[in-house]
Formats: sequence, C-alpha cells, structure tokens
Amino acid sequence: MTNEAIKEFITSAAPTASFDETGEWLNISVEPGSWKDLAHKLRNAELPFDYLFCLTCVDWKTHLTVVYHLSSSKNRQINIVVKSKLDAAKPEIETVCDIWRTAEFLEREVFELFGVVFLNHPDLRRLILTDDFEGFPLRKDFEDPINMIKL
Amino acid sequence: MYTQTEIIKDTTGIGSEGELVINVGPQHPATHGVLHLVITLNGETIKKIEPHLGYIHRSIEKMCESLNYRQFIYVTSRMDYLSAHINNQACALCVEKGMQIEVPDRAKVIRVLMAELTRIASHELWLGAMAMDLGAFTPFFYTFRERELITDIMEETCGARLTMNYMTPGGVTFDLHEDFQKKVKQFVIQFKEKVTEFEDLVTNNVIFRNRTEGVGIISPADAISYGCSGPVARASGVVSDLRKIAPYDAYDRVEFEEVLDTRGDSFARYIVRVKEMMQSIRIIEQLIDNIPEGDFQAKTKAVLKLPKGEFYSRVETARGELGVYIVSEGGTTPYRIKFRSPGFSNLSALDHMASGSKIGDLMATMGTLDLVIPDIDR
Repeated sequence: MTNEAIKEFITSAAPTASFDETGEWLNISVEPGSWKDLAHKLRNAELPFDYLFCLTCVDWKTHLTVVYHLSSSKNRQINIVVKSKLDAAKPEIETVCDIWRTAEFLEREVFELFGVVFLNHPDLRRLILTDDFEGFPLRKDFEDPINMIKL
Repeated sequence: MYTQTEIIKDTTGIGSEGELVINVGPQHPATHGVLHLVITLNGETIKKIEPHLGYIHRSIEKMCESLNYRQFIYVTSRMDYLSAHINNQACALCVEKGMQIEVPDRAKVIRVLMAELTRIASHELWLGAMAMDLGAFTPFFYTFRERELITDIMEETCGARLTMNYMTPGGVTFDLHEDFQKKVKQFVIQFKEKVTEFEDLVTNNVIFRNRTEGVGIISPADAISYGCSGPVARASGVVSDLRKIAPYDAYDRVEFEEVLDTRGDSFARYIVRVKEMMQSIRIIEQLIDNIPEGDFQAKTKAVLKLPKGEFYSRVETARGELGVYIVSEGGTTPYRIKFRSPGFSNLSALDHMASGSKIGDLMATMGTLDLVIPDIDR
C-alpha cells in the first residue's frame, strides 16, 4: 500500500483530513470529531492498521495535538501518523481503546499528564500521579517552584 | 471506591461478596521494583489486576525538554537500566536522523556489538531472577557468572557497568579498549560452553515446566492489540523484531534469525529469550573479527541543533520496541520528547493474560513479561 493509496482511503473515510508528507512517514491531520470513525475504518481496512505503537500529546500553547502512530502487523514497514488538534481550554476526543486495547493505558497517561479527556473511556483514572497532584505536568505552562529545576 | 494511589488497608465494602482484594507491591520481591498491583480474587482465581504506577516516576520526558541534544542521552540510561546501552542508541539514532549525520562504519559495528552484549546481560539477569521468582535459587548464580563477564567488559570500555552512556550523536564517545576483542571472544567461548547448564537446570526442569507451560497465554491478535513487542509478542508468533523490520546501524550486514514461537505461554516466552541469546552470540561472532578501521565518531558541531520537524526512531531493546519521538522547534533542546517504552505496553496486557488463572501462576506470567519498572514509569 503506497502513500497515495492510503491518502485515497483516508479521504474517502474522512473528507476533511489533510496530509503532510515532508517527514519520514505520512502525517494525517483530522478533526477530533471524525477521528473515531476513521480509526474504525483504518483498523478494519484491507491492510489493517492494527498496531498502535505510540500515543502521545504535544502542547503547542495555543492548542494541544494528540498524536497516534499506527502500523500494520501485516506489513510493519508501513507507518502512519494521525494527529488531531484539540482546544487547550477544553481538550476532548473520543477514546479508541475499544479499537486498540493498548490505548486504555496510554490514554490514561495522556489524561493525567496533559489533561486531555478521552470521552467514553471505560476507566479514566490517574495512573501515575498522586490524587492530590495539581496541574498537568507535561503542559508548557506547568510551574512547580519547589521540585522543578530550570536550566 | 478506593482512589488511585491508596494502599488498601480495610477491604470491607470493596467488590462483591466472596471477592477478596489484595495488594501485591509496591514492595514485593517478585516485582523487582516498585510496581503496585491491586488484585481482585475470587477464591484463588484472579478476576482483575489493576497496576498502579508512579512510584518511581521521574518525568524524564519533562526533564529532557530542558537538556540539550548531547545531555538528554545520559538521562535515558536510567529508564530501562538493563538495556541502558540500547536506550542511548535509540536517542543517538533519533538525533542523527534529524541532523542527517552519517555515522562511521566502525561506530556502527561497535554499537551493535555493545547492544548485543547488553541484550545477553539483560536476558541473563531476567533468567536468573525469573527462576528465583518460581523458587529455583541456583540458576541465579549460574546466570550471574556469565553476566559478570559482560559487565566487566562494559566497565573497561565505557567506564560504567550499568549506565553506560557510551553513545553520542555521531558515534560512540571513545574508542574500544585494546583488550576488547580478546575478552569478548573469551566470553563467547565460555557462554557457549555454559549455556547448556541453563538448559539442564531450567528448561528441562519438571517443576519449571509444569509452572510455566500453558500459563499466561496471549493470542497473536491480542498481543498486537495490546501493543506488545519484543519476546512477549514473538512468543505468540507476532513478527516484531525491529532489527529485521527496520534495520538500524549495522544490523543489515549480519545474519541472524528472528526467534518465533507459536504457543504464547510463559514457557514460550522463556524459550524465545534463551534462543535470542544464542542469536546475539551469532551476531557478535560475525562482527568481532570484522570491526572496520577508521573513526569511531563523526565530526559534529559542539552545539547540536535539530531542524524544525518531528523525528521518530525505534530500536529493539531486550524488552521490545523502544521509540523515541522528538518534536523540534529548531532549537538546541527538544520541544517535546516522548519515549515509547516496551514495558508499559507489555504491562497493559497483564490483566488480560492473568485473569482467570490462579494467583500462584501470576508470578510465572509476570516474570516472563520481564518488567523493568523505571522503564514503565519513566
């Protein structure tokens, strides 16, 4: 499956998606609303993207971007990166942990470190931080004058 | 309902009738680190396992945001301390990818040699510790005897036994020790001779086999869905060796086999790791007499600046796929860095693997996942 074929497939599934081929892998930007539907289709495609090997978030100050790295167990040479822009004040996106089971833990990690709410997640609790921890430590505006040493 | 980090002292009112909730960890000899599992039991049968993490979370990702591209490599030795060398390699590869640095041949071969030695050392420690978890104490001494030789080689070459910090963007920090080849050859001879002892002690041990065969089975489809990698995925028959899928450094010039098994149980994971050690020996044998002459480091600027963009490099550590994702804004420090750690994904499959089995089998399942807690927590 070439990049062109993947692009065609994604455009038919999510018409608003935009592409960026400057990096090593094909980058796809989707609206948060159309992500869940696209995820379903990618997982059940002819070449199934069934291996979610990285799920993370980047804080761009004005907005947050959730980044999904996907690959197929049938052909691990093919990798795609799906990104979705979220509003920093109210970051919300549909969970994908019913599509890729690994997302359950990865989403919990992103939830507590970035404050992204994954809608319909079965068990969205903190995984790493203590319950009385305030703020989202991996956001750029996080300040901790006692424990954080700035170089 | 109890909260996330609370250690349950009073279990009345939790779970339905007939259920028992117990804590394993954070201080437990078989977790080999501060992992906390809250286990719901029905009699002796496990109903649910909830891992609670964060006891050794240092937020290495945040720390790296204020370190430059030469410095951040050193912090990553403290993630998966048993594959410290391979962690460093992943970071160096990612910076090299961004800056398009061509690594000299000599450095590539040295890296692979050291990475394979690290892999053997890691698997040996795992083998000893895993057998100890199941009640066999002797294998620990046997495996540590050979592992000691590797740590000695590491100490002489890199100056450290565990946190090597031998990698730098563009190559390795200094050239090989003059006795390196001799010592590695000695090690290879001794290892090949003594590896049969592990087989006699562990592989063909009736107690060990009874405790691991058919325990903690995970199907290939589930292994993929849970994002498992490394020996855990390969024991279920999932092709996942990144040294084959996306060869980095000198892996494209050596011959070795990707060890696969189809049973998917604890014993299969054990067999995969033992066979993997032999493949590592095979790689070392091919390269040890063929270390090219030349520079051990490419000429790089003192201050490294990655161009604006996103870079992802992935390597096969002893535990599985380690990914380094750097988002650069063009400065001397990463804007955001993410480490995709193999242990984190493998741990997420534990609940699925152990639910429905007996509590006594938990250690056989957890032991073969080869969890390193600082790698999971980061």
